[in-house]
Amino acid sequence: MSDHDHDHHHDHDHSELSETELRVRALETILTEKGYVEPAALDAIIQAYETKIGPHNGAQVVAKAWTDPAFKRALLEDATKAVSTLGHVSRVGDHLVAVENTPQRHNVIVCTLCSCYPWEMLGLPPVWYKAAPYRSRAVKDPRGVLADFGVSLPKETEVRVWDSTAETRFLVLPMRPEGTEGWSEQQLAELVTRDSMIGTGFPKTPGAPS
Amino acid sequence: MDAAAARATVAVPGIPRDDEGPVFREPWEAHAFAMALALHERGLFTWSEWAAALADEIKRAQAAGDPDTGETYYRHWLATLEHLVAQKGVATSDTLHRYRDAWDHAADRTPHGAPIELTPGDFR
Repeated sequence: MSDHDHDHHHDHDHSELSETELRVRALETILTEKGYVEPAALDAIIQAYETKIGPHNGAQVVAKAWTDPAFKRALLEDATKAVSTLGHVSRVGDHLVAVENTPQRHNVIVCTLCSCYPWEMLGLPPVWYKAAPYRSRAVKDPRGVLADFGVSLPKETEVRVWDSTAETRFLVLPMRPEGTEGWSEQQLAELVTRDSMIGTGFPKTPGAPS
Repeated sequence: MDAAAARATVAVPGIPRDDEGPVFREPWEAHAFAMALALHERGLFTWSEWAAALADEIKRAQAAGDPDTGETYYRHWLATLEHLVAQKGVATSDTLHRYRDAWDHAADRTPHGAPIELTPGDFR
């Protein structure tokens, strides 16, 4: 079996799939064409496990930034470098940029569909990323897309959309929820959802059912 | 975890899991898992047949020097899928290679950030 996965490099102008991903896609296409599997049924199974796929390092990073001002500064300055100092993150890609949500500005990431998606940080890309309309609508009408996700922002908050490229992936640093004074990093990490790091959601609020 | 997945984790040894059910290191692993679940549901194989094929695959890999650290579990799973679909006459190994190459071509011609889609032109 080939070991291309570990040999992964990012080209600048086209998409990359690892050897294993190519084989998985090949099989999936054939099974779909022959009517053995329904793409929707596969998506449903995968969606049932979406919180169980990949390490969720992003939540740790966000929680640390909430509690450690020096780390937060370092993160916003050079996220790749800051995250690599944490040790437990094995590969974060070439260039990770953290964008901070503030009362003045809310960030949303439009993600790519190839293997450059930073799932090491964010876990599995949600199925709705696959929908072509999300990408174009997120750029044209970000508030409309956010409203679909139940996210409403004050009128004066600017919405900024970031499109990841071959060289740059993004991580949203959401605002720390109120009522979490004195919480430990570990407790805070529990509040950080994937969607809050993509910008299509907020962190959980303390005491709310998860 | 739904009932079908629960039966699979009982019937097939070694599936990486936590208290709640299967866990996956990378997204493709979940795809491979989901395909096996769907094919089982479709009646292509029973779980005992699957478990035996997977055990064979792991034995073969270990004989060839696989470190058996658990990190390679789903690689064996994928190889088992490929073997079984060939054995059941769903897709030959040639067909699998042709589609693999087509996806490679599709990724190559797709600008970064755009959805990768397979078109007839990708088959050469």
